[in-house]
Amino acid sequence: MKILGISAFYHDSAAAIIEDGVIVAAAQEERFTRKKHDPGFPVNAVKYCLEEAGATLNDIEAVVFYDKPLLKFERLLETYYGFAPVGVSSFVISIPVWIKEKMFLKKLIRDELEKVEDYDRNTLKLLFPEHHLSHSASAYYPSPFEDAAILTIDGVGEWATASICHGKGKDITVLKELQFPHSVGLLYSAFTYFLGFRVNSGEYKLMGLAPYGNADSAAVKGYIEKIKSTLIDLKEDGSVWLNQKYFTYATGLRMVPDSRWEKLFGFPRRESEAPLEQHHCDLGVAIQIVTEEIVIKMAREAKKLTGSDNLCMAGGVALNCVANGKIQKENIFKNYFIQPAAGDAGGALGCALAAYYIHYGQERKVDHSKLDAMKGSYLGPESSDKEIEVAARKYNAKFTKFESFDELAKVVAGYLSEGNVIGWHQGRMEFGPRALGNRSIIGDARNEEMQKKLNLKIKYRESFRPFAPSVLAEDCGEYFEYTGISPYMLLVHPVKESRRNPYPEGFKEFGLKEKLYHKRSDIPSITHIDYSARIQTVHRESNEKYWKLISAFKQKTGYGLIVNTSFNVRGEPIVCTPEDSYKCLMRTEMDFLVVGNYVFNKTEQPAWKEGAEWKLEYVLD
Amino acid sequence: MEFLKDFWLFLKERKKFWLVPMILILVLIGVLLVFGTSGAAAPFIYTLF
Repeated sequence: MKILGISAFYHDSAAAIIEDGVIVAAAQEERFTRKKHDPGFPVNAVKYCLEEAGATLNDIEAVVFYDKPLLKFERLLETYYGFAPVGVSSFVISIPVWIKEKMFLKKLIRDELEKVEDYDRNTLKLLFPEHHLSHSASAYYPSPFEDAAILTIDGVGEWATASICHGKGKDITVLKELQFPHSVGLLYSAFTYFLGFRVNSGEYKLMGLAPYGNADSAAVKGYIEKIKSTLIDLKEDGSVWLNQKYFTYATGLRMVPDSRWEKLFGFPRRESEAPLEQHHCDLGVAIQIVTEEIVIKMAREAKKLTGSDNLCMAGGVALNCVANGKIQKENIFKNYFIQPAAGDAGGALGCALAAYYIHYGQERKVDHSKLDAMKGSYLGPESSDKEIEVAARKYNAKFTKFESFDELAKVVAGYLSEGNVIGWHQGRMEFGPRALGNRSIIGDARNEEMQKKLNLKIKYRESFRPFAPSVLAEDCGEYFEYTGISPYMLLVHPVKESRRNPYPEGFKEFGLKEKLYHKRSDIPSITHIDYSARIQTVHRESNEKYWKLISAFKQKTGYGLIVNTSFNVRGEPIVCTPEDSYKCLMRTEMDFLVVGNYVFNKTEQPAWKEGAEWKLEYVLD
Repeated sequence: MEFLKDFWLFLKERKKFWLVPMILILVLIGVLLVFGTSGAAAPFIYTLF
């Protein structure tokens, strides 16, 4: 039984296909269209998924959409009714969208599928599980657990903004929900907006900025007090009530009333790209601390309601890896699984799995020989030698082809140890927002200059942004105060104390840039300002090539870890094809590109004729 | 027709018949807006749309 899952029309459109419960393929549309967070119908991703599964649309048992449009429309109407007459401007924009398209989603999906291929419209079955059920299913069914508490937290689905479910065997039971307009995700997004980052994409920047705040200062304590006393009412079970006097997302076109927030926090909203000052960082750490407190309370409630030893998580807030690390430290559960595509893209996979196990009532079997059923999240397209050579010919590119991968790994490890930055494109593309060693830019974690070089000369992004390590799973405990697994880079844990360099005197008073220049450990480029790191453990069984590369680097340097950042520049989706990767090599100050067994040395390439105008292609996130 | 059937089933399931008059008025205004605008552009906040 083949089932196709789709998420679309909001942000991060994606498609996924499963066959008899096994995940065959999944990809985000943005990777094909090169438009970040592309909300359009995922025509290309659907085409790819069908091709990977060797199927046509007529072979598909059901096409499943990741939420219930009519329930969403109900929320829309009740919200306008509840807030009337406020909300007219939003109404004027939203209602035509609904009347033209979204109310007739069945027709819209059928029409869009015709762009994929010809098929029999009359026999196509369409299903619509709830948004948070899709998230829950994406977290629970691929997990290695037969019984688990499931916690999903995001901005909003139909009504639900967070849910606690119990997964047992093939069933998922919803136990508790938090409903719109009260939302942890929207609370975090409101601060993302106020601090000058883009809603729906800048949240992770806020998370990266937070450690620059002085967490134990009077200013931060004051902000936390204001958030808790004025903006939210936090209950013991983790549910929050958001004071709508301070939020306008329900009916407006902005997240918050700027002037009211300015009065509350004592400074105006930061304009996009304006300099970051200490009060921005302090407010960032304040909301991060509050968010952590909320999700920990929710996790405790999930434990209380289910009694399970296992926790599965999904929803955009589950990408807050700092909060995830804190939940783990609380030892509420014994085992954890976080869906790597925790955001809305993962809903495409979740809704397909929900249809298979819940709608069709199929039995679920957990394969305990594997970490989980996500196949390392390497669920996207793979580049063949022919594709690589075609791309190389197109640009008259010079390359060296290695016959043996082991030999290639040794050579690349040598380049890394010499301080080179390498574009690493291997095997199937990752599903989800993280590059996990198949579409990654990699470098030497020991190199003090690496963070600045990567941020300013390769990614063209803010210098404060941290980088994550890819560490051999078996060596994790040598570098970090953590010995468990984190294959999807969704957990933050401290760098080992013995590796850290103490803060210089007066560090807390330093400005953001001065803080950045402090060499924090012997692996400075992946040690964040608070000595934490967003860890990816690399497992031989899920990515042998990447594991071999890091092992070769270890043989050469004694260090079993490297820097790993997504293969893209700021505002660009992660690369998909060899051509995308080659363009990225030539547009940036990257030193080498490795695609499959082909190595492209930047210095040997013909002059790149394109100017800086390519940067205009991408809207800064 | 399929849409109307789905909508009727939805209202029955959710017991939200009180929404019907509001829906009619809003849809009417909405239709006017559709004809009054050249394109339907979704704003940047996704929550409601």
